[in-house]
Amino acid sequence: MTILRPAGEFDESYAYDMATIRRPWQWAALGLLLLALYTLPLYGSQSMVSLVNRIAISIIAVQGLNLLTGYTGQISLGQAAFMTVGGYISALLMIHLNWSFLLTLPAAALGAGLVGLIFGLPSLRVKGFYLAMSTLAAQFIIPWFTRNAFRDALNGAQGINVPVPVIFGIEFNTPQRYLYLTITILIITTIVASNAARSRLGRAFVSVRDNDLAAELLGINPFKYKLQAFFLAAVYAGVAGSLMAHHLRHINSETFNLTDSVLLLGMLILGGLGTNLGPFLGAAAVELLIELATLAGPFVSTYFPAAAGGVQALRPLFFGFTLMLFLIFEPRGLAHRWQLIKASWRLRPFAR
Amino acid sequence: MGNSPVLLTVDQVSLNFGRVQALSHVSCDVREGEILAIIGPNGAGKTSLLNCISNFYKPTKGRILFEGRDLTKTKPSQIAGLGIARTFQNIALYTGLSTLDNLMAARHIHMKSGMLACLAYWGFAHREDLRHREVVEEIIDFLEMEAIRKTVVGALPHGLRKRVELGRALALEPKLLLLDEPMTGMNQEEKEDMARFILDAHELRGVTLVLIEHDMGLVMDIADRVIVLDFGRKIAEGTPEEIRTNPEVINAYLGQEHI
Repeated sequence: MTILRPAGEFDESYAYDMATIRRPWQWAALGLLLLALYTLPLYGSQSMVSLVNRIAISIIAVQGLNLLTGYTGQISLGQAAFMTVGGYISALLMIHLNWSFLLTLPAAALGAGLVGLIFGLPSLRVKGFYLAMSTLAAQFIIPWFTRNAFRDALNGAQGINVPVPVIFGIEFNTPQRYLYLTITILIITTIVASNAARSRLGRAFVSVRDNDLAAELLGINPFKYKLQAFFLAAVYAGVAGSLMAHHLRHINSETFNLTDSVLLLGMLILGGLGTNLGPFLGAAAVELLIELATLAGPFVSTYFPAAAGGVQALRPLFFGFTLMLFLIFEPRGLAHRWQLIKASWRLRPFAR
Repeated sequence: MGNSPVLLTVDQVSLNFGRVQALSHVSCDVREGEILAIIGPNGAGKTSLLNCISNFYKPTKGRILFEGRDLTKTKPSQIAGLGIARTFQNIALYTGLSTLDNLMAARHIHMKSGMLACLAYWGFAHREDLRHREVVEEIIDFLEMEAIRKTVVGALPHGLRKRVELGRALALEPKLLLLDEPMTGMNQEEKEDMARFILDAHELRGVTLVLIEHDMGLVMDIADRVIVLDFGRKIAEGTPEEIRTNPEVINAYLGQEHI
């Protein structure tokens, strides 16, 4: 696809050509969007704020997965397991060592990252589906560990209650207050993820994805960059897991399960692999779909009382079916559709 | 040309796949600043020899010395750092990246930003990107690829992809450039363009070239020396003129009845 530019816009320096946000109106739009998000607690309902919280946290987890699966091409089914690691680390540090959230969050990120590194080791030898199977191991080993090891601290299958984060004396104990936390962290993770993608690191990631043999002959050590991608993906999972645990105030081995791992991968594919926009669109679309499926339940039971018993079963059915249709009609993800819309807008009135 | 120092020495290299002998006791020198062509019928072992030099294959026997360093004992990912670049017969570009990013990716070994610098980006990594962008833009100008700078490589036609691949190899700023059939699947005009780019790269950038090519006319035109392989053995070596009249080459390569 050719790159279309608005007429009269010229790149006068390489720095300007490489900039992500180029025009004043783009800064303005970004500012308005952030303003709308930060003021949401003032006009949004409780459930709406909770939904946005959930979407933001999912986006962070999917951004990490995007670095690993989207850019580096290593399929992972263990993202939720690394969220578990992050959640537990953050909670335990706060409970036992009384650390502030500002310290437990980076610690959770780093801890999850190191665990991710261990599960990235098989990528030296295995690729594709085989690697997916080996990352699946994380999804079994880590929850098993939380159920059976250190019962005094981890409280077995029951899990532990997670304290409310307090920063500078402010208790983030309601969804409304928590929103400020999630949005702020989402902004940081977005900047970091887009930096990773556009720099030397991101080009090395894509080199490994697109042609690891050629990459090697061009001086890129594939294994090194696969491990870095695993580390970063798990760091993101750690951040998301920690945020979610403090949001739910409880964590056990089932808080983030295999279904979540699959769902996160689904969000990424739906949104668009290897794009910065993909995680946003994918996570928002899937979370909204789940919400819609839940809302559709009472509606069905009101108008079709006979089917009421099956409504619970209809929810996953509705969800799975919609996801399938998406993949058939939008196989390259929502981000690609967005590119097409932008391109046709720029060609207007010559293209439909 | 005959007096310039030796850049690469292939010393008695043999390569076996099971009981198939792809190469047997091949020796040759590549001298600094020359264009060396490797020719031979299909399956003669030309690409195998190139793969040995670029450390894709490990020779069963023999040594390959590049500036005195034994390549058979070097890791594949270190080859580029020594100053050896190559292109592939079946184009091995990063199809998901634009032309520009393909070339930028080849600057990897010349760049230093680590993971943390890249994640922070502003500052060191940004300045480094800008610096290397200038080097890459020079190559884009040189190969006349300005129009496809931001086009994703997967969307480009064959001839242009070959050119991008040459550009990517040049972006490494190699001392030795290995070209594996740079002109396959091209029409006459594209071939002539490519030949011009290759000669310009050789002259303006001072790259030593080893190339495999089937177009005899072209090989005879641009090569300083020619090596002929047949069934994994080197059967002749010399100037294009010597090769043209070598009876063994005519016999093996062009066919007995041909000339």
